[in-house]
Amino acid sequence: MRNNLVEIICQESQKNKDIIFVTADLGFNVLNAFYEKFPDQFINVGIAEQNMTSVAAGLSLEGKKVFTYSIGSFSTLRCLEQIRNDICYHNLDVKIVALAAGFAYGALGMSHHATEDIACMKVLPNMTIFSPCDPIETRAVTRAAIQMKSPCYIRLGRGGEKNIHENNEVELNFVVGKAFPLSLGNDGCIFSTGAITSEAQIAVKELRKKGYHLSLYSFPTIKPLDEDLVKQCALIYDFIIVVEEHQINGGFASSIADVLSNIYEKHATLKRIGMKDQYTSLVGDTNYLRQQYKMDAKEIIRVYMENKI
Amino acid sequence: MNSQKLALQVRKDVLEMIHRSHASHIGSAFSVIDILAVLYTYILKYDTTNFKWKDRDRLILSKGHAGSALYAILAEIGFFNKSELDTYYMNGSKLSGHISHKNVPGVEFSTGSLGHGVCVATGIALALKKNQNKARVFAIVGDGETNEGSFWETILLANQYNLDNFFIIIDRNHMQAMGDISQVLETGNLDEKIKSFGWNTLTINGNDHKELLAAFKTNFCNCKPTCIIANTIKGKGVSFMENQLLWHYRDPQGEFYEKAKNELECLDNAK
Repeated sequence: MRNNLVEIICQESQKNKDIIFVTADLGFNVLNAFYEKFPDQFINVGIAEQNMTSVAAGLSLEGKKVFTYSIGSFSTLRCLEQIRNDICYHNLDVKIVALAAGFAYGALGMSHHATEDIACMKVLPNMTIFSPCDPIETRAVTRAAIQMKSPCYIRLGRGGEKNIHENNEVELNFVVGKAFPLSLGNDGCIFSTGAITSEAQIAVKELRKKGYHLSLYSFPTIKPLDEDLVKQCALIYDFIIVVEEHQINGGFASSIADVLSNIYEKHATLKRIGMKDQYTSLVGDTNYLRQQYKMDAKEIIRVYMENKI
Repeated sequence: MNSQKLALQVRKDVLEMIHRSHASHIGSAFSVIDILAVLYTYILKYDTTNFKWKDRDRLILSKGHAGSALYAILAEIGFFNKSELDTYYMNGSKLSGHISHKNVPGVEFSTGSLGHGVCVATGIALALKKNQNKARVFAIVGDGETNEGSFWETILLANQYNLDNFFIIIDRNHMQAMGDISQVLETGNLDEKIKSFGWNTLTINGNDHKELLAAFKTNFCNCKPTCIIANTIKGKGVSFMENQLLWHYRDPQGEFYEKAKNELECLDNAK
């Protein structure tokens, strides 16, 4: 995903000399594609995320469109107050990019896992939150973020993810705040966001083999949320499985729950797949951690089978 | 109006603002007023009728708790009507205790949490360079504020990028919220420390207008940013407030208000 982000920023920087990419010393062998072509539009502030974020605000005050870049909690939680006071309060044109959503950096350990970032970014007024599931969505949200003049948070996996969408229709028809179907079926419904959508897709395929046809929607935008779709599905299905590589408290599923709380008719309940108010102290790669913390395809299938009527 | 007159008038304004509103931080405002008065009288380029004039010099008050001083200066030099000052800190006012840019012409950026504004100023200085704009950036920082790690992060960066259009003024009144700097967290020789980070530095009496003016006019003829360590007196201008931490918090009422008012009047008559 990071390469797809860089690819789009390179394309846009060709036309827009006001794009400035600021990193806190992250991006070895990834960002060279950008800084070799646009050295005047690139700043490495060193390992200093608070300064990176305030400097981005200053650059934006003078008309720049700024990207900040680091690992999950480094570019978000480490400098949360700078994002709140300097960027969001002043409603500036800054795009905060976080790599390694959830367990993407697996065995590197808890410090490098991003499992609270959505909650912290979501609560900030003026902030738009993008959480693409694959390279196609990454390209779409990066372009959309560049078109916007307000603060955005772009939550990425790492490098080398495969496409989940079968074609680039999402890229062509992308609208901020819209969810996109990956499959449609009457037997159940899954909402997913980010790279972990690959687990949801495996679950849907496995369940289809068993004769259950589920709808699966990917949410590349978490804020604003596709409330119409959520309401629509909530009135059709008995329950909706929500999948996110994040704490279930305050994250994507919480946003869905907020929408459900405004529906007066009988509506779906939520079955949440995510981190259950705990830290990731186990050591292992992304797949291992998803499995250990019950967030993989197998768990999604189990939850479906347990709750279906 | 010369800078001495402006500073005295602003002290009177701030006394009224804080007396009326029961706000705090009068000591912090009084320590920085001379710095602001000299900057706005002789140094900064600005246009009160076109606040966003692109060639203006940018001033960021990183020690946002001295907002009353900046509001009063901006009103005195005509950015907005002086009657606005009467609303300071009151329900429905535009003028919050910590400096606010919202609907306040002349204020570049809202601050209040320390160690933010100075880093934003670095970003502005960087962008001005990229835009080949000759304007300069001035960030006013408290000496207590240098406790913040982000301050040192930005000191490193401004040197790395040779931001010779960037000036930090440290309002060094030797006090912070809980006591003397030397007792809370000793900052030591700030001049030498910051110089060792590659900056031009000057240490001056920050309540002396001649020294301030000379410092602002010093041309180092190199490509480095400049930090002026301005030794000031917290509460400068009112005898019983000077160097008294209590007046970081207390609002002048009753006999204190009368005495402060009289002292400022006497200073006026002495001129």
